[in-house]
Amino acid sequence: MARELWKGNIAIAEAAVRAGLEAYFGYPITPQTELLEYLAMRMPELGRVFVQAESELGAINMVYGAACTGVRVMTSSSSPGISLMMEGLSYIAGTEVPMVLVDVMRGGPGLGNIAPAQGDYNQIVHGGGHGDYRPIVLAPSNIQEAIDLTMLAFDLAEAYRAIAVVLLDGSLGQMMEPAEMPPMRPLKTTYPDWAVRGAIGRERRVLSSIYLDPPLEEEANLRILRRWQQIEANEVRYKGYYLEDARFVVVGFGTAGRVALSAVRAARAEGIPVGLFRPITVSPFPDQVLRQLADQVEGFLVVEMNTGQMLEDVLRAIEGHAPVEFFARLGGVMPLPEEVLDEIKRMTTAPLTMDGHPRERWLQRMLQPA
Amino acid sequence: MTLAEMETLVYARPASLTEMPTHYCPGCTHGVAHRLIAEVIDEMNLRERTIGVASVGCSVFAYNYFDFDWVQAPHGRAPAMATGVKRVLPDRVVITYQGDGDMASIGMGEVVHAAARGENITVFFINNANYGMTGGQMAPTTLPGQKTTTSPRGRDVETQGYPVRAAELIATLEGASYVVRRSLHDPKNIRLAKKAIRLALETQVRGLGFSLVELLSICPTNWGMTPVQSLKWLEEHMIPYFPLGDYKIHPAVAEIKV
Amino acid sequence: MQTEIIIAGFGGQGVLFAGQLLAYAAMDNGLEVTWIPSYGPEMRGGTANCTVIIADEEIGSPIVRNPQVALVLNRPSLDKYEPLVKPGGLLVVNASLVDRNVDRRDIRTVLVPANEIAENLGDRRVANMVMLGAMLSNQPVLSLEAVTKAMEEHLLSRHRNLLPLNVAALQEGAKYLAEQLQSA
Repeated sequence: MARELWKGNIAIAEAAVRAGLEAYFGYPITPQTELLEYLAMRMPELGRVFVQAESELGAINMVYGAACTGVRVMTSSSSPGISLMMEGLSYIAGTEVPMVLVDVMRGGPGLGNIAPAQGDYNQIVHGGGHGDYRPIVLAPSNIQEAIDLTMLAFDLAEAYRAIAVVLLDGSLGQMMEPAEMPPMRPLKTTYPDWAVRGAIGRERRVLSSIYLDPPLEEEANLRILRRWQQIEANEVRYKGYYLEDARFVVVGFGTAGRVALSAVRAARAEGIPVGLFRPITVSPFPDQVLRQLADQVEGFLVVEMNTGQMLEDVLRAIEGHAPVEFFARLGGVMPLPEEVLDEIKRMTTAPLTMDGHPRERWLQRMLQPA
Repeated sequence: MTLAEMETLVYARPASLTEMPTHYCPGCTHGVAHRLIAEVIDEMNLRERTIGVASVGCSVFAYNYFDFDWVQAPHGRAPAMATGVKRVLPDRVVITYQGDGDMASIGMGEVVHAAARGENITVFFINNANYGMTGGQMAPTTLPGQKTTTSPRGRDVETQGYPVRAAELIATLEGASYVVRRSLHDPKNIRLAKKAIRLALETQVRGLGFSLVELLSICPTNWGMTPVQSLKWLEEHMIPYFPLGDYKIHPAVAEIKV
Repeated sequence: MQTEIIIAGFGGQGVLFAGQLLAYAAMDNGLEVTWIPSYGPEMRGGTANCTVIIADEEIGSPIVRNPQVALVLNRPSLDKYEPLVKPGGLLVVNASLVDRNVDRRDIRTVLVPANEIAENLGDRRVANMVMLGAMLSNQPVLSLEAVTKAMEEHLLSRHRNLLPLNVAALQEGAKYLAEQLQSA
């Protein structure tokens, strides 16, 4: 397959189509609208389902209904729209039906702006919807990964009867890069034994998230948790750069990760032994690898486009075995490689501390007059 | 001819109902509505093709009582969920069964837009003028002056607004093909309700678009009346505010003979 | 080896398209490339810019503070990007719409009356291609031929009739610079 120039939002849409997406339901919101627009053209021409819903509430519940029939189904939105979808996501998790969600994050909270940010990390990774469930969350940092991880999201969602999220920021949705699109996969012709498609020649089936009898709900919670343990054991993904001889490691996901890559290269060019660790699954989080790295390096620098939401997971993972520093830009401001390089230099020259919280130290630096 | 051979079966449980006894209060008309829907589905031979979408409210367990496939929607979202099912499986019959709090309050957006899209589904809308399952709170259909636990001095329209006439509202939408209001308060009206249910499902089977049957129902427990008093109260108070009738009948639906 | 190019102007001047064309040409020549737009919420008439990064390895950040090259199609863009171009970098200015001189002496500056050249070709809308042509003949990131070929390969079929005009504009932009250098 030849490389083609793909815009992030459209690449994800086409990748979903090729993964066998049979039904898409969405609602316009910048900066993901191209995804909706592309599928408005593409799905009907393939005889597949496209509905522009009346709201994100409508969209996620259409997804819920379609997911119950056992086909591959997806919706996409951006931060405020994702907030509205949380109700449906919890029901879908509770009903144990698979779906794929794309969140093209923008600046917030509230209406915020339409610029790129990573402020949905907690909302997506650590819940948002009510009750005990964890979605699989894949965080691409370039267009090829966005394509590959979208395809993977459908497979994982189906394999684990779970929600799989492709989490990216608006800049990745808007940017173009060369990438290879995999060939079209055939649509499913057989459906799982839980799918509700009409009780033709069989006992009726009911799909619901209701377990009025608490012991039965407990059992459902345990079943979902056991499935999550399999996901943790089998599906952790990450990418390391220049880690072999690194004495310092920058940690960042998505766009923050690739911005950090530029900074790490510039630092290497100046002889600083720094590497990059880029989680690809932010849920399940690559705890063990980070914990091992913590014994080998002198310090970590976490770079994010939020106030340190993943930072807490890094701190939890490394269990105090190495000092951690933090740097972020917020509210739709993208970090620049030059800024991250400055942070790398500061980290590698100044004495590092285990006292206090990295967010607090970063905040002090942020608030200092330039 | 023996006596046994002369026996004719005049009444039986419809095949589309399960054997499970319902949890509804004594005298509640949900049981009547369930039976009518099941009878029509049997008569039209749709049991294996039908997928129900349950709502949140007293009818949350509807899926236990009907012997076909069901999914269970979040509060108010049944028409959206039904849209998802129906678009993937257009040759199945998809119904929602929703109360007044579910459909006319928290789910107003979903039902209005499902109707506006002409979504080829059928909504059974049970209007009993209060939130039954949570213990009788004011609903969007609670009558002016009607006492509920959240309108303890009677619904004051100055501060609590006016009841929503859902059938009339939905009937204004181009995508709606069959929208009627019937009542379950006496045998004659129950027969008319069954005919409406039949026409609604015929509308869907023939691909004619969105159908909605509003059924005025009683809630003796929360109204604080006996079932007989409740039926009388429905007739005397609800029907004047919620007139029975046909609010939208698409010409193609009008031609259907049942 | 990495070259960062910012193209900036008013919405409607074709700055995003000019950047995409570069991206296609880079891809067709086996290079890595990123194209990222930045614009205000308005659909038309606001400011628009895009950053194109061309490299021979995996590209990190798709944006930079200090680009190697800036193409500025109007005065606000000159004011914004003149201070940001890397020392030794290239600044291509649309002299038709800019009423001041360039102050910096540590960068190479090319002034092109892109609107006039485009109008002489018959369509003011190809000023973006004139600017691109002028850039290419002074920054050996991609050849003029490669960009022309990319235009032939990737221009949407509904815009096919505009191909000769766009190619001519690219060539005029490149030639104008060559003439300027000869006379200097």
